[in-house]
Amino acid sequence: MVKQTRDQILTGLSIIGLFAFLYWAKGSASEYQIRLLNHCAIFITFAASYNLINGFCGQFSLAPNAFAAIGAYTSALLTMSPAEKQISFIIEPLIWPLNVISVPFWVSLLAAGLVTGFFAFLMGFPVFRVRGDYLAIVTLGFGEVVRVVANNLQPITNGPLGLKGLTPYTNLWWSFGAMLFTLFFIWRITHSSFGRAMQAIREDEVAAEAMGVRSFRYKMMAFIASGFFQGVAGGLLAHLITTISPSLFTFFLTFNLLIIVVVGGLGSITGSVISSILFVFGGEALRAVEEPFSIGSLEIPGIPGMRMVIFALILIVVMIFARRGIMGQREFSWQGSIRILKRVRDLNRKRG
Amino acid sequence: MIFFKAEHLTMNFEGLNAVDDFSLELGEGSLTGLIGPNGAGKTTVFNMITGNLRPDQGKILFGGEDITGLKPHAITRRGIARTFQNIRLFQDLTVLDNVMISYHGRLRSSFVGAVLHTPLYRREEERMREGAAALLNRVRLADLAHERAGGLAYGQQRRLEIARALATGPRLLLLDEPAAGMNPQETQELMNFIVQVKTDFNLTVLLIEHDMRVVMGICQWIKVLDYGAEIAQGTPREIQNDPKVIAAYLGEEAIA
Repeated sequence: MVKQTRDQILTGLSIIGLFAFLYWAKGSASEYQIRLLNHCAIFITFAASYNLINGFCGQFSLAPNAFAAIGAYTSALLTMSPAEKQISFIIEPLIWPLNVISVPFWVSLLAAGLVTGFFAFLMGFPVFRVRGDYLAIVTLGFGEVVRVVANNLQPITNGPLGLKGLTPYTNLWWSFGAMLFTLFFIWRITHSSFGRAMQAIREDEVAAEAMGVRSFRYKMMAFIASGFFQGVAGGLLAHLITTISPSLFTFFLTFNLLIIVVVGGLGSITGSVISSILFVFGGEALRAVEEPFSIGSLEIPGIPGMRMVIFALILIVVMIFARRGIMGQREFSWQGSIRILKRVRDLNRKRG
Repeated sequence: MIFFKAEHLTMNFEGLNAVDDFSLELGEGSLTGLIGPNGAGKTTVFNMITGNLRPDQGKILFGGEDITGLKPHAITRRGIARTFQNIRLFQDLTVLDNVMISYHGRLRSSFVGAVLHTPLYRREEERMREGAAALLNRVRLADLAHERAGGLAYGQQRRLEIARALATGPRLLLLDEPAAGMNPQETQELMNFIVQVKTDFNLTVLLIEHDMRVVMGICQWIKVLDYGAEIAQGTPREIQNDPKVIAAYLGEEAIA
């Protein structure tokens, strides 16, 4: 009990620390750095919720790009003003009532989550009729369907032109607020009896059913919750980059998230957080490899996409040498961190 | 009221009659053995009773209710629990978590309740934890509660599987080759354990077993399957001397 109180205080202090840092960053960091921080928070939200269905529940879904797209479009269509909508939809006008609605950002985010969660619910029925590889293929199909629909459903999505000039509502408070809420929610679920049931399904679905777990129900819960948060993250992403189009939500997005959760550790929220941060900052650091450079007298022209080659190589190396990722299924705990700190201190003393 | 009754069960796998017109009646509190050579259809019978397979024909009645074709989790909730021939624990979860999962079917808290840690959720979680800990104590695995289930020794894994099945609160327990891979001493312990648990938990037990010492030692009634059909039933003594059973196990020549 004492330890529990201590941990709660430490967690509280860390959150205050994080917000103090964000406050400082808002005033002192460059626009570019702030953008990276926002990216971090959004990717953590994406990755942690993706991990819920893939890592904890063990259902190899490849649909996060679909969820992100649904969330992004929902949220964007709700925040744009009627005037902006009229200007954007030049080929075919936006249908009623979307053309007259304009709501505050937070309402649009909530709506993005709910609408995406609802789509996840509908998708769940066909998806969870199958397992394993088949499930991966069905969800992959859904991802593609959503993108193609976005491309062609002009009266709602404005087709390939996408939605431009969104108000950049997403700031550090929104992105990190949503991230913390997502992490809290997913942490609580995975550490509850519901998370236990989801993990049991991952370990052995037949045995889980035999122990009285209604596997369909728990898979559905994980899928809907995952969809909800990915929808919110999609909405945040839309209002960060302010322009969305179907080409933003290809399988490529899913692939990136897959790298993040696998490298971080399937079934570890901590792993997803660490891995998202590495992905965002690593991705920026690796921009160098896409620019032209020279080794001695050898001129190497810039190769766009080179970063992805490196990410793919990292994934291959992880799969071969550390299949369980950075964290495996372990999670961060204050107790564990204190133990490590003590060990480091003892080691230093011995040396000193 | 009849405790458990299976009538005319038939299961056909693409032309192969795995089980053919098999009937079984269990009295409450009985301990029945289901034996037969490999591939005789014993596990298929189990799978039909527990809902993993839907019988092509036949009916299964339990506690006065027709449970034919219900989903496995629904059958478990009605009071039939099982273990598996090739142990199927939740390997990466702890020993305690493995047992706690079995209480899940009776949980009343909601998803949101679990996120908010409502009083009902906390109470239920606490009750599950206590129940699971007590059961682990009962099967002498309490010391290993926080170990990874996949890391346990073979005999311990078998015991954990039984504890996990007991945690679902069954009235009928199906054990699929519980003594497989055990040495004589472990087998003896297991026999005592099964009889003890049966009494303590007021169970009816149906077990599949190849080890004849177990079957002959603890079963009150035995059913023998061969090629999907019943070839004999009776007390252990009757079965031991039944020429058809001996023929099925050792071949026709053994009698002649």
